[in-house]
Amino acid sequence: MTRALINVPTKAKRGEIIGLKVLISHKMETGFRYTTTGERIERDIIHTFIATYNGDEIFRANLHPAMSANPFLAFHAVATESGVIDFQWHGDNGLAARQTAKITVE
Amino acid sequence: MTRRPSRFRILLLAIVLSAAPFSSPFEAAEIPLAERRSSYDMMSAETRAMQDEDTSNPGMLWVLEGRELWSRKVGAARRACADCHGDAAESMKGVAARYPAFDESLGRPINLEGRINLCRTERQQAPALAPESREGLALATFIGTQSRGMPIKSDDHRLTPFIEKGRALFSQRQGQLNLACSQCHDDNWGRLLAGIPMPQGHPNGYPIYRLEWQTLGSLQRRLRNCMIGVRAEPYLYGAPEYLALETFLMWRARGMLIETPGVRP
Repeated sequence: MTRALINVPTKAKRGEIIGLKVLISHKMETGFRYTTTGERIERDIIHTFIATYNGDEIFRANLHPAMSANPFLAFHAVATESGVIDFQWHGDNGLAARQTAKITVE
Repeated sequence: MTRRPSRFRILLLAIVLSAAPFSSPFEAAEIPLAERRSSYDMMSAETRAMQDEDTSNPGMLWVLEGRELWSRKVGAARRACADCHGDAAESMKGVAARYPAFDESLGRPINLEGRINLCRTERQQAPALAPESREGLALATFIGTQSRGMPIKSDDHRLTPFIEKGRALFSQRQGQLNLACSQCHDDNWGRLLAGIPMPQGHPNGYPIYRLEWQTLGSLQRRLRNCMIGVRAEPYLYGAPEYLALETFLMWRARGMLIETPGVRP
């Protein structure tokens, strides 16, 4: 299981610009490192992150080996209607994780 | 032309004087209580912001994990921390602020990680957690964060000999660079070392999420880091020397507020 901390305002006014923040627990192993015995450590990173707002994609990011462990993504969206903001991320070794947050727009 | 040599002499004198604090044998110039500062104060605004907000502080990922572990039944006793200690927000409040604490049966101080392991082996009958293991750090961070904002307490007289031993180690020159902890952290804090301000070295944010490590680590890992920095041979994890240093550092930081989990560059 992957852990993540998600920060989405629970309430917003219609048309308001809201900040969305996601901190994902992940080692982001680059694939460029070697063990003390000379074996290469396989790459293990999150490579894709997608956020949707009531089904519409609002943000997508490709992540690369140079990104730090436990990546932190912060972006903005316009609060249009009440609903669900869905965050999913995919990575090496078949990693697929998802977390959702509810928002009420008044 | 005649003024030149004298100007040069004044300059030379100035250099000698400014170098004096470095070259004089240190006489344990401890930082006055009112001048102590958490390393937090010396960090960039960005790093401070990272620590301040729980959803951007990566240390909170370990807190999250520790919270789960707190109520997970483990060991032959099938017992969770919560079965004895209940709600950590109540029972663990202020605990990390007074560790390392003196343990009567061991006759020496024990740190929080050590206490967790004693609980595991004796009460839960589970194997001890390895130093710097993910689980051990998660529990220590979860317990530590229950004392956030509380002042560090170090007033047990039984700790005095260990504080003294820690103080001696702190002011002992060591390693190929022949440097004592106190030469940086007492005598020259706030000055730049390789462009980075030297902190006073207080233990009030541990376990910390260190950006350089890209992970969370204990105070012992940080001490080990400094020892490697001065090219001394680090002690083994859990060595009495580290415990003495930890006990001394907590005494030195008495009254300062716990920040666990701290974020440090």
